[in-house]
Amino acid sequence: MHPALPFTIAALLFGIGVYGVLVRRNAVLLLMAVELMLNAVNLVFVTADASIRAAVPQAGQSFTLFIIVLAAAEIGVGLALILQLYRLRRTVGVDDLPLSDAVEAPGVEASGDAERAVAAGRTADAQRSGGHAAGDGTGVAG
Amino acid sequence: MTVSDVLTAALGAVALGAGLLVVTTRHVVRAGLWLVVALGAIAGLYLVLTAELVAWVQVLVYVGAVVVLLLFAVMLTRAPIGASDDLDRARWPGALIGAGAGAGLAALLIDAFRWTRVDLPEPGTAERLGAALFRTWVLPFELVSVLLLAALVGAIVVSRPDIGARVAQRRRG
Repeated sequence: MHPALPFTIAALLFGIGVYGVLVRRNAVLLLMAVELMLNAVNLVFVTADASIRAAVPQAGQSFTLFIIVLAAAEIGVGLALILQLYRLRRTVGVDDLPLSDAVEAPGVEASGDAERAVAAGRTADAQRSGGHAAGDGTGVAG
Repeated sequence: MTVSDVLTAALGAVALGAGLLVVTTRHVVRAGLWLVVALGAIAGLYLVLTAELVAWVQVLVYVGAVVVLLLFAVMLTRAPIGASDDLDRARWPGALIGAGAGAGLAALLIDAFRWTRVDLPEPGTAERLGAALFRTWVLPFELVSVLLLAALVGAIVVSRPDIGARVAQRRRG
């Protein structure tokens, strides 16, 4: 077995993941590209385990298992964040995110958005979360 | 070229092609399905590289759980079913950096290993890997379980808007 082959595959897969992270706008697609990068690193670990005689046997494969667990945790928290973002802003585009919450800090802008969402009457879900946010907004105003 | 080399090249070509489609397709749902193909091909690569247990964990956790979660997220965020044109930013800076990173890493690794040939070690069965995990890596293993619990609690807290919001509102008011 020539280890250069799987190492090259892993490096190219990592490059594809980098491209995806830089180019994709949708947050879910961004997470998919991150998964590709994590898998490239796992492939490097497994190949190194098969090709280099280490003092501790099966170290690379143990690390791969740990990374798979970390990826599962990451995807759980990441998807919770994305769904919450979608509930608040009705979008998962990372370009639409403000870089600071200075504008929303007084709670005026957010409730305005929510009221507009209610007025548009997009979906029942939007009306529920929008009504909730609008109620909170008026509470603050009162 | 041995049998394992041919298998590695074939599975690697599948993984790379599917990975490229994941980051270039204009259908959000199809990206998730191509991710299944890419991760499955990588599981096959693990099998060729004698990492048996890791391959099956990859199939169980990645293809079984992570991709299903991602598809859930696609459905719950009401992604458009057809092709959508606004998924990508300008392509060439990303392509430049991605190609640079991939080519640079590949050149580094190829330069380190050249065309050397190694004999594959004994397969990493559940017995061997379990012995390694519970002898050498017990502390990280336990830490990872704590981290999983923390991620679980964190995901619940993040997705419940009523947990932290009222305190913030009270403080603000």
